[in-house]
Amino acid sequence: MGRSVKKGPYVDEKLLRKIQKMEMSKEKKIIKTWARSSTVIPEMVGYTFAVHNGVKHIPVFINENMIGHKLGEFSHTRQFRGHSAPTDKSTTLT
Amino acid sequence: MVRLAGVDLPPNKRVDVGLTYIYGVGEAVSKQLLAKAGLNPAKRVKDLNDNDLLALRDALKDFKVEGDLRREVSMSIKRLIDTGTYRGTRHRKGLPARGQRTRTNARTLRGKRKTVGLGKKKEEEKKE
Repeated sequence: MGRSVKKGPYVDEKLLRKIQKMEMSKEKKIIKTWARSSTVIPEMVGYTFAVHNGVKHIPVFINENMIGHKLGEFSHTRQFRGHSAPTDKSTTLT
Repeated sequence: MVRLAGVDLPPNKRVDVGLTYIYGVGEAVSKQLLAKAGLNPAKRVKDLNDNDLLALRDALKDFKVEGDLRREVSMSIKRLIDTGTYRGTRHRKGLPARGQRTRTNARTLRGKRKTVGLGKKKEEEKKE
């Protein structure tokens, strides 16, 4: 189920404060963040966030197509290394 | 022959069912269309007169159907892929995007079963 409209989109408060600070000082630097559940809001467009994926921070450049998604969607937490080779057990029958 | 939104409707079916042959029109939307056009859903498609068709066409204007809808869907998927989301990579790999299990099932997306891993062993046996 979607979030109540009354509350508005969820944005991590500390992250929001940092964006406002950056906007006032007009400087652009990468913000490290763990707030994967935070929604991307229009104010974030043009900035780069380093979103934690559980191991390290993945740099994500925000463009306007990303508005409405969560930051975590752009920082993958799983790495696919291929399927394991068939073992004797799985191949002996048939 | 009745044509609506670029689709031929089946002449012998009830109108409420016939309308669902249009991509983007299911039973719910079909009901709404008929209510707006003021038609009896039990009527057969072949019995529709020109005025009925005009009313239906007018009612259909408020819905995105067929080509436009297909385009919107594929554009949304393209956006997911281009922005590098997790859901995008799932679409690219042809796997379920909403966290479903893939150890079994997920056959709609993964298609017909094909056995993995057995083929290699058989080749080795042939060589022996």
